[in-house]
Amino acid sequence: MSVSVEPDGVISVRAGKVELGQGVITALAQIAADALGADLAQVRMLPAHTGEGPDEGITAGSMSIARSGPALRETCARVRAAFVAEAARRWDVSPAEVTVRRGEFRCGDQTTTYADLARAVLTAAPDPETQAGLAAPGPATGQTGVPTAAPATGQTAESPVFVGVSVPRLDLPDKVAGRPRFVHDLRLPGQLYGRILRPPSPAARLTDLAPHEGLHVVRDGSFLGVLAKTEPEADQALARLRRAAAWEEHDTLPDEHDLHGYLRKGPHEALRVHPAPDAPTPQTEGRTDPTTGHAAAHETARETARGAAGRTIHRATYSRPFIAHASIAPSCAAARWNADGSLDVWSHTQGVYPLRAALARVLGLAADRIEVRHVEGAGCYGHNAADDVALDAALLARAVPGRPVQVRWSRHDELTWAPFGSAMSVDVAAEVEAAGGVAAWTYDIWSQGHTSRPGYAGGVPGLLAAAHLEQPWEHPPAADPAPAAGSGMARNAVPIYDFPRVEVTGHRLLETPIRSSALRSLGAFMNVFAIESFMDELALAAGRDPLAYRLDRLSDPRGREVLRRAADAAGWGRPGLGLGFARYKGNGAYCAVVAEVEAEHDVRVRRLTIAVDVGRVVNPDGVRNQIEGGATQAASWTLKERVRFDRRRITSGDWESYPILRFSETPEVAVELVEHPGTPSVGAGEAAQGPVAAAIANALASAIGIRVRDLPLTRDAVMKAIE
Amino acid sequence: MTRLTVNGTPVEVTTDPQAPLLDALRGELGLAGTRFGCGEGMCGACFVLLDGRVAAACDTPLSAAAGGAVVTVEGLAPGDEAHPVQRAILAEQAGQCGYCLSGMMVSAAALLADEPRPSEEAVVAALDRNLCRCGVHRRIVRAVLRAAE
Repeated sequence: MSVSVEPDGVISVRAGKVELGQGVITALAQIAADALGADLAQVRMLPAHTGEGPDEGITAGSMSIARSGPALRETCARVRAAFVAEAARRWDVSPAEVTVRRGEFRCGDQTTTYADLARAVLTAAPDPETQAGLAAPGPATGQTGVPTAAPATGQTAESPVFVGVSVPRLDLPDKVAGRPRFVHDLRLPGQLYGRILRPPSPAARLTDLAPHEGLHVVRDGSFLGVLAKTEPEADQALARLRRAAAWEEHDTLPDEHDLHGYLRKGPHEALRVHPAPDAPTPQTEGRTDPTTGHAAAHETARETARGAAGRTIHRATYSRPFIAHASIAPSCAAARWNADGSLDVWSHTQGVYPLRAALARVLGLAADRIEVRHVEGAGCYGHNAADDVALDAALLARAVPGRPVQVRWSRHDELTWAPFGSAMSVDVAAEVEAAGGVAAWTYDIWSQGHTSRPGYAGGVPGLLAAAHLEQPWEHPPAADPAPAAGSGMARNAVPIYDFPRVEVTGHRLLETPIRSSALRSLGAFMNVFAIESFMDELALAAGRDPLAYRLDRLSDPRGREVLRRAADAAGWGRPGLGLGFARYKGNGAYCAVVAEVEAEHDVRVRRLTIAVDVGRVVNPDGVRNQIEGGATQAASWTLKERVRFDRRRITSGDWESYPILRFSETPEVAVELVEHPGTPSVGAGEAAQGPVAAAIANALASAIGIRVRDLPLTRDAVMKAIE
Repeated sequence: MTRLTVNGTPVEVTTDPQAPLLDALRGELGLAGTRFGCGEGMCGACFVLLDGRVAAACDTPLSAAAGGAVVTVEGLAPGDEAHPVQRAILAEQAGQCGYCLSGMMVSAAALLADEPRPSEEAVVAALDRNLCRCGVHRRIVRAVLRAAE
C-alpha cells in the first residue's frame, strides 16, 4: 500500500488490487478517504504497477475488501496521524484534540488542510527508508513523504463519512463518455499492432510455412505472430499468414456428450475434503470404475450406511459443462523492449507481480528488468487470457526493439484458447431416517483442477504461448488452490447444514487436453448447485417444504436470517419458486436466492430475489451491483452455456455457438442487503453464483415436476430428463 | 480517400475503404469510444449510428459509410454535453466493466430518437443485439426508461 500526499492536497493511493469491472477501486477509495479523514474527491487511486506499489498477489476470490481493506485503513491511519501531529504542533494542542473530517483538520475554531500541512510534514520526514509503506519510492516528484514515527492514535472513533454509502463508481464517467480508458485504447508513441495465429486445435503443430513476402512474421516453434503499422493491416496480414501455415492436427478431445465418463476415467489425485485429513498426502488413484467412480477407501462408510435399519439411501448425480469467460472484449496487451534490454508491459492482468515473474521465466530475464503496469480491460471473471496476451505482446515486441507492440486476440481465440472453468461431475448420497433427517452424507467430485494461473504447479509460467515455443514449457493439468486459499473443486463442497456425518472427497483429473483455470466461484457454482438441488430432492421425498427442511438443519443464525429474508421478499409458498442458499467458501458472504421460472418452450427465469449478508457494507450499491451482475451471469451459465467441441477442435468460437443471456432473457433481480455492520466485510463478487443455479433448477422442478441434474438447463436437457 | 461526416464534422480518411469503419474511427480518427468486441457484428460493442440507423462498425466497410453521417458515442450529445442516456446510465450506476456501454447507449439513443416514450418491452427489444457479460442488463433498461422521462 503506498499513500502519498501531494502539495496541493491530492492524496495518491496505489493499492495492489486492480479494477476488473467489479468496482473495487471505488470501494478502496472510500476506505482510504475515511481512514485519512479526507474528502473522497482528493483521493486519487493509481493503478497497480510493479516496482511502485505493493505486491498483493492477484485480485481474485472475493478477497480484496476483506484483505486489502484493513491494510489500506492502517496505512492511511498512520498518514493521518502524522498530519494530525503537525496540526497539533502548530496549534500547540495535543493530537487527541485534533479532529479531521472530509479533509479538514480542526481544533476549536482553528482549521487546516492536508495541503496546508503537507510542506511541514515533508520537511519533518526522516530518512526516506523509514517511510516504507507510506510514500512510494520512485520517480514521482513533488510528493510528500510521511514519517512513520507518528503514532496512529486518536481520531479513530469518528463515524465514517464514505464507508457504508453508495458512492458512484469512480471509473464510470470515462466509460460513459467513451474516453480512452481500456488497454485496447493505448496508443503509445511508435506503436505497432500485432496479431497471433493460434493453432487450429489444442494438439496441433505447425509443420510448414509457405513463403509470405512482405509480412513481418515472428515465429518460434508453433507460435506465430505478425506485425503491422495499423490494425486493418494487421488483420489483413493475419489472414495471409493463415493461408501460408500448414498444421498437423490430432484427435485428442473427449466426447462432449459424455462428460461424466470423461471426468471419472482418471487418472485422478484423491483429495480428502471432509473430514479434513490429519496429514494431507495426496495419492494417485488407479483408474476407478467409470460407472460408479467410487474409490475403494470409502466403501466402509458407505457399507455402514447401507446397513442401518429403517433408513433409506438417496442418490443423485449432477454435472456442469466447461464454461467460458466470454468477456465482451478479447484480451489485449502492449509491450516494449527498451534499449537497455528491459521490458515494459501494459496488461489487464489480475496480478502484476505474478505475471512479471512468469514473463521473466519464459523470456529468461531477471524479474526486476520487467515492469508491468495495470490498465483496465473488459470484465474479468477469473483467470482469462489477460496474462497470455501479455506474453504474446512481449514475444512480438522482441522483434522490434524500442517499439511498443499492442496485441489483441480475436473473438474466436478468446472463446477457444482462454482457459475454461472446468466441467464437473458429482455423486451425492444421503442416508435418510424415516422422519426425513439426514444421518450421513457422502459427496464425491470429479473435476479438472481450477487453477493454472501464472506460477501454478510449483512455478510453471502458465502462459499459453510458452507451450507453443520451439523449446516449449510443459504445462501440467490445472492444480487446485489450497483449502486456505478457498480450494478449487472442493470450494463449498461441505454442506452448511447440521448433518451428523459428512464425507466429501475430490478426484482431480491428472491428464487432459483441455486447459482449465479459475472461473468466478470455481467449484462453488457446481457444488452449491448439487447440494442445494439434492436438499430439495430430500425435502420433496420427505414431503417437506424446502425452506422449512433447510431451516430445521441450519443452526447458523446469519444463514437462517438470510434464508428467511429471501423467502419473505419473494413471497415464498407459491408454485414455480425455487430456493438456493450457501455461505460462500464457508466463511464469506451468505446468499439465499429465490428463483421464479416459466417453462413453456424454453426455461425462462422471470425473477431472482436475493438476500445477501456481506458483513459491514462499504458501498451498498456496489454490493447490489455485484450481486445483480453475478446472479445474471450465473443465470446465463445455468440456462445456456456450454463449451462445445468435437474430438479435435473447440467449436464454440463465436457468440452463435457460445450464446450468453440476452436482454430479452434476463430476469429481474431484487437484492436485499442483510446488514451486520459489526462484522468484518467480506466480498460480494462470487456469492450468488451457486445459489442462483440451484434456485433455478429447484424452481424448474417446482414448476414442471422435472428434475434436471445436468447443466445447462436447456430445452434439450429438460427433454432428456423427461425420457 | 473516403469522405464522410463523423459527429457532425466532415472528414476525409485514408484508411483502406475495404477495412471496417471501426478501424477508421478508432485508428485514424482517434475515437476510442467505439469498441471492438467480436469483429462479426454479433455483440454490439462497436455500434454507431450510420445515417441515423444502428450499424456494427466492425463489419461495415468504410466504403459503405462514404458520404454518410456517422455518430459515435462521443457525438451522441453536442460538445461536452451528455446525452440523456449517458446521464441516466450514471444516475442508475448502470455499468460494471463498461466495455459494452458505448454500443448500448448508441442503441438506446437510436430508440429514443424514434420513440421518445418507449415501453419497457421496446427498450428490451432495442437492446437485444447488445451483449453484456457483467450482468448489468436490468440497470441499463431502467436507465433508458429514466432517460425517456
